[in-house]
Amino acid sequence: MFPPANDPPRAHSHPAVSYLDSERTVWSWLTTHDHKRIGVMFLGLLVFMLFLGGVFALALRVELLTPGRTIMSHEAYNRAFTLHGVIMVWLFLIPSIPSSFGNFLLPLMVGAKDVAFPRLNLLSLYLFVLGAVMVVWALVQGGADTGWTFYTPFSTSTPSEVLPVLLGVFVVGFSTILTGLNFIATVHTMRAPDVTWMKMPLFVWGIYGTSIIQVLATPVLGMVLLLVAFERVAGVGLFDPARGGDPLLYQHLFWFYSHPAVYIMVLPGMGVVSELVCACSRKNALSYRMIVWSTLGIAFVGFFTWGHHMFVSGQSTFGVGVFSVLSMLVAIFTAIKVFAWVGTLYRGSIAITAPLAYVLGFIFFIVFGGLTGVAVAVASLDQHWHDTYFVVAHFHFIMVGASLMAFLAALHYWFPKMFGRRYPEGLGVGVAMLIVFGFIATFVPQFLLGNMGMPRRYAEYPERFQSLHVASTAGASLLGFGFLAILIYLVWSLRHGAVASANPWASRGYEWMTQSPPPPHNFHEVPRHPDGPHQYDVPGVPHVS
Amino acid sequence: MSLEPASPPVVPQASHFGSDAAREQAAHVGMWVFLATEVLLFAALFTAYAVYRVDYPETFRAAREHMKVGIGTANTYLLVTSSICVAFAVWSVRQERTGLATFLLLCAVVLGLGFLTLKGVEYAAHVREGALPGRWYALEEFPRPGASLYFTLYFVMTGVHALHVLVGVGVLSVLTVQTAWGKYSGRYHTPLELGGMYWHLVDVIWLFVWPLLYLV
Repeated sequence: MFPPANDPPRAHSHPAVSYLDSERTVWSWLTTHDHKRIGVMFLGLLVFMLFLGGVFALALRVELLTPGRTIMSHEAYNRAFTLHGVIMVWLFLIPSIPSSFGNFLLPLMVGAKDVAFPRLNLLSLYLFVLGAVMVVWALVQGGADTGWTFYTPFSTSTPSEVLPVLLGVFVVGFSTILTGLNFIATVHTMRAPDVTWMKMPLFVWGIYGTSIIQVLATPVLGMVLLLVAFERVAGVGLFDPARGGDPLLYQHLFWFYSHPAVYIMVLPGMGVVSELVCACSRKNALSYRMIVWSTLGIAFVGFFTWGHHMFVSGQSTFGVGVFSVLSMLVAIFTAIKVFAWVGTLYRGSIAITAPLAYVLGFIFFIVFGGLTGVAVAVASLDQHWHDTYFVVAHFHFIMVGASLMAFLAALHYWFPKMFGRRYPEGLGVGVAMLIVFGFIATFVPQFLLGNMGMPRRYAEYPERFQSLHVASTAGASLLGFGFLAILIYLVWSLRHGAVASANPWASRGYEWMTQSPPPPHNFHEVPRHPDGPHQYDVPGVPHVS
Repeated sequence: MSLEPASPPVVPQASHFGSDAAREQAAHVGMWVFLATEVLLFAALFTAYAVYRVDYPETFRAAREHMKVGIGTANTYLLVTSSICVAFAVWSVRQERTGLATFLLLCAVVLGLGFLTLKGVEYAAHVREGALPGRWYALEEFPRPGASLYFTLYFVMTGVHALHVLVGVGVLSVLTVQTAWGKYSGRYHTPLELGGMYWHLVDVIWLFVWPLLYLV
């Protein structure tokens, strides 16, 4: 079906042993140092977490169908939205693309046999499992009701199970730090001779920028969560105004991490999209360098925007102005990327496949979510929208719309590389359209609700908001069906999908130059990359028939 | 249980194409990045200290009088000396003088243990006086909110630091044994160097904690 132009050299063809079947015992998986196996295990765990967080999301939407009580008490509602947030943010979105696809692809893309510290990589997987178990244990104990932000002094005084959640997130944070550290060392020291900085795949750049944020921001979060835990246990009063502490200090330290965390979620997605627009339109990336520098620009500016979460906290007018302007800078770097992607797609040879459908969804969500982001960065407008559904819709557009679209695009695009099978393409495109439509139907009503004054985190609301809430819940159920469909046909494809060639997309990406699924040590000899990873304008380039 | 057919052998050790030099470089990059995360971990505490010092300047100054400056200063000397020992140990391994290196590392471990012992004595004194933070705070002579926060920060900052010292002593002990066995030489001493870097960081952090809590 497709010309095998980027297949591995025939001289080394031998009965293909892949990383999946080189060893088959469970023990060999649990003790593996192979980045590909660790990436696949992360993928499985993350999909489970997405499912868990999604169940809570649907429960919330069902509760909001009617103005009064629908299916749960106010207390249960508070616990449900807390666990929805905690699970989605820390156990799914932050590790989603870096820990699964980053782990699987980054060494392949830089021509290394593994990451720089394989044992550390396995440790980071187990730390993630430990942290997730602690959070789920809190859930079994009744759950926390603080919201995923753990705002003090409520989080230090509520009788719900906050402690295991705090410590669980702390442990997951360690996992993130180790993964980021590993990627930075790998990118710096393990690149094959041909892979110079300016010939690195754009996905690797995205992961590299993400890793820098992870490593620099997460320790601060870790310490502040420990302090909150300490305050709960010993009552030390660091953040409790009744004991002389300062709750705003908590917010500053928390958002110093948690705002850059948004870029931890979005930058890898941007890397995926940068990678896919080239492969799906068969064109060179428009301005590779601008995409790279805007990645680093977002990683840098992201550290100076946290105050925009605190516009109404009573910080100085000067501070509000500074944070407002700095927050808008992020839009400039994002716009550079969007123009580069659209310019790459322009007059490209485009076939609508499932990954491309998600990429187009991503571009729509990042533009729409980004523009509403500029709107809420304007301090005067934020006075009106603060803590309403407008903000909820805005960050869901960015964090879920964009990051999750990229996750699904990556899942479909690299599925043949990871498992050596293809999924049913027509079905994939159909479900992708369902999901993009479901998102729009879920969150556009929430923008309207927020603008009308519907506050977030409320289980009850005045009757005039009901029609929009019903519309939002309808969209959410479409999303639920869409995700279920993806799960079903991808699991089916694992066994029954058509066998994929080494390079089914006829991509120029380096990861496709080895067999699918790759052998245990990726390459049998140092791979040579005479062309760049996004170069489609050289003679003899493979193309999809 | 390997089901591998006859194919080019997969050498478990050959996880990278890179040379030993590349691997050593990776180890160094990794350690530097890790040290950066450690600095940021403490940065949150230093920020908290700065905020509450601005909020309660008088109380912080008064509560500082309560510190055992003698013990703190002695500890500074112990830690700096042990850091110097480690630096010289790395140097002597490079010179192939393993015996000297083992002795110097042993000195560093003993000095580190000395630090922890003195810290323990100091903690015991504070606990007796009722300077424990939160609900156990019982120092009558200082106004409650500010002073309680001061002692909270004291215990958290020195506690987290002492934890690092404990880990460092563990790392140095392993390195001492390995050096004694002759694992390191002028050609290969990366773990020793990295362990040394960690110990220097522990030292450097104390050099910020000590003046803030005992002297200013």
